[in-house]
Amino acid sequence: MSSFNPYTENGGAILAIAGADFSVVAGDTRQSEGYSIQTRYAPKVFRLTDRAVLAVNGFAADGNMFVKKVKQRLEWYRHAHAKDMPLRSIARLIQTMLYSRRFFPYYVYNILGGIEEDGSGAVYSFDPVGSYERETCRAAGPAQSLLQPFLDNQIYFKNQQPVPGTAHPTHLPLQVVLSVVIDSFTSATERHIEVGDGLEIYIILAKGRGLQGLEGVKGVQELSISEDSERIFVIRRELKKD
Amino acid sequence: MFRNTYDSDNTVFSPQGRLHQVEYALEAVKQGSAAVGLRSKTHAILLALKRSTGELASYQQKMFRIDDHVGIAIAGLTSDARVLSNFMRQQAMSERMVFNRPMPVNRLVATIADKAQVNTQEYGRRPYGVGFLVVGQDQSGPHLFEFSPSGNSYEYFAMSIGARSQSAKTYLEKHYKSFEDCTLEELIKHGLHALRETLQQDKELNVNNTSVGIIGPTGRHEKPVSPPSKFRIIEGEPVAVYLQSMDQKEPADGAPVPPTAADEDVQMSG
Amino acid sequence: MDHFPTNWGRPRNDMFDAYGTHPIHQRPDNRPKDTFADSVQHTQQPIVTGTSVLAIKYKDGIMMAADNLASYGSLARFKDVQRLHSVGKYTVIGAGGDMSDFQYIQHILEEVQIAEGTHQDGHELGPVEIHEYLSQVMYARRSKMDPLWNSLLIGGFKDGKRFLSYVDLLGTTYSASTLATGFGAYIAQPLLRKAVEGYEDVLTTEQAQNILESCMRVLFYRDARSLDKYQIATITAEGVSITGSLKLQTSWDFAEGIRGYGAQTQ
Repeated sequence: MSSFNPYTENGGAILAIAGADFSVVAGDTRQSEGYSIQTRYAPKVFRLTDRAVLAVNGFAADGNMFVKKVKQRLEWYRHAHAKDMPLRSIARLIQTMLYSRRFFPYYVYNILGGIEEDGSGAVYSFDPVGSYERETCRAAGPAQSLLQPFLDNQIYFKNQQPVPGTAHPTHLPLQVVLSVVIDSFTSATERHIEVGDGLEIYIILAKGRGLQGLEGVKGVQELSISEDSERIFVIRRELKKD
Repeated sequence: MFRNTYDSDNTVFSPQGRLHQVEYALEAVKQGSAAVGLRSKTHAILLALKRSTGELASYQQKMFRIDDHVGIAIAGLTSDARVLSNFMRQQAMSERMVFNRPMPVNRLVATIADKAQVNTQEYGRRPYGVGFLVVGQDQSGPHLFEFSPSGNSYEYFAMSIGARSQSAKTYLEKHYKSFEDCTLEELIKHGLHALRETLQQDKELNVNNTSVGIIGPTGRHEKPVSPPSKFRIIEGEPVAVYLQSMDQKEPADGAPVPPTAADEDVQMSG
Repeated sequence: MDHFPTNWGRPRNDMFDAYGTHPIHQRPDNRPKDTFADSVQHTQQPIVTGTSVLAIKYKDGIMMAADNLASYGSLARFKDVQRLHSVGKYTVIGAGGDMSDFQYIQHILEEVQIAEGTHQDGHELGPVEIHEYLSQVMYARRSKMDPLWNSLLIGGFKDGKRFLSYVDLLGTTYSASTLATGFGAYIAQPLLRKAVEGYEDVLTTEQAQNILESCMRVLFYRDARSLDKYQIATITAEGVSITGSLKLQTSWDFAEGIRGYGAQTQ
């Protein structure tokens, strides 16, 4: 007798890149199962605090439940400490929450992006059972194998020789990062059937570091309400729907 | 308090049909410094007088955020309040988890009232020594409730609890009809006037001893909040602008309100 | 030792099978067998089943359709079953999958409604709340490895807002302006999307009805577990209404021309 399989895979792609004083977290909005598109708009990127954004990919029901539970833990933190949990603490929290389900895992790949207490942009990536590390960029989901090599090349400058006498920059400016993100998703949409429909890009800017060229971007929307703290923006774009 | 035969056990009625332990618990509420709550068509607000045990001590917290749509002010035993407010937070969060909605405020108050009632009936327990004013906003608009250790809860246009709260109540009863159409600033001003009535002779409201809790759209002196209308507590310097708006105290007509017996506070009370 | 890398971890490790060439549901089950597993019974498969449910947004609210058949395997066992169920004044749920699990869901929703009503404080559960509640129930049961074997559509209208969403035995949820469960997800969903997407705010009641009817007809032609007897639920500002059983007008004349079905022998 075949036993009940409590998991499925709902497709999509997520990606995050950290800058010196900003962080960008993006995900497409298609949710699928097998060859069926279930919906063209199911967000995979969630704002947790004023300086933390979480992208989840994998089994959508687990993902939504996991985000909900993380948000409730952050709410308890707010009750206890009257402030938002710092990014590195959220990362550790996510690890313990994932590992507590080691033997019935949340089938979810998490990428956490935001601003650390020292004002630097950060990205943390997780596997479904909680292994995590801080990185500069990470892609996850079924299209990971299309996206990550591209990021390795464009962000880490893998297989690129610097002009003699110069070095590759350690961090890229926001506008370059946004171009890389958008190109990543249009490319993944072309070549992966589970990616497409819509794109949501969250941008978290460190405190007092200006808009960094974001003011010129089409369709950018600010989510934060105060200019004298970290600021969060979202850009929504269409992707091909075929 | 006055010891008598029927007060050592909360499960036994006195011959007059009273539960003395419960009444003593109500006295504990009166030991705490005052809190005032009032409501307009758009807002429900709380104001509370914070106490400190001395120059070297900080001021006791009087207000707690329960959820984005609910906040409380307490009078009585702070430790009991922390237990109950924690329970309210759990309830509010589970409502969001299960039904994806803010918990209706009346139901939230009913859950703690039910808890308090159990303590008035079961052997080996004691009633809570704390009273709440609860403000909240739900699908039916802004609300103000009072919760007391007896297990009662009522909804009010305006209410006060704690030490010398009768003086504040007198002010509120005189003015409550005008609250409905008040702006937030006017409402806070009324609240401060009411709270002022509870002060001892030589004391006055200042940025250190006054807390203001607000539910409803942001006022003229506030920065935008997210989500809009959420419960926020205003303390310290931001309170100054509201304190400055207060009118001179009217000279007391007739005999001054006699101070209540319990002025001196026990350490646990807030 | 299991030497198939794809079986080493559940969930699947994409490092070894990046494109899912080895589908999860076809992998051999190499988990240790619990000696006492036989003494605890969980639902392993649906028994008496309903097929597709369709729903769309239209100008005035939500419209939903499901036929009246409950199948026992390939046997058309019960032909007068209502698979659209109203919950309170604002919500309709439509169910595919196991009909006894659906009846259980109706039962717990009734209890929730009673609990809500006893407060008598004017607060009522709308489609948003019912959907969240059902999602939690479905996800909790799948997490106990004892699922309620259904695909559910929840449609409603409350406080001037339309709501349409899906939840299934895994706890998976999503919303869209057209939804279809079961076989309808393959057959009817493309037709619905073409007819509805972009027209959600202009489609009239009559147009919405026609769209659903034509999709139910296609399903009846193509889905062997469907019936030509169906019902339509409408949820608008006026409230909920569910029609009596409607009969699909069908034509089978074209079958004569199909090789292997009609009169011709070769």
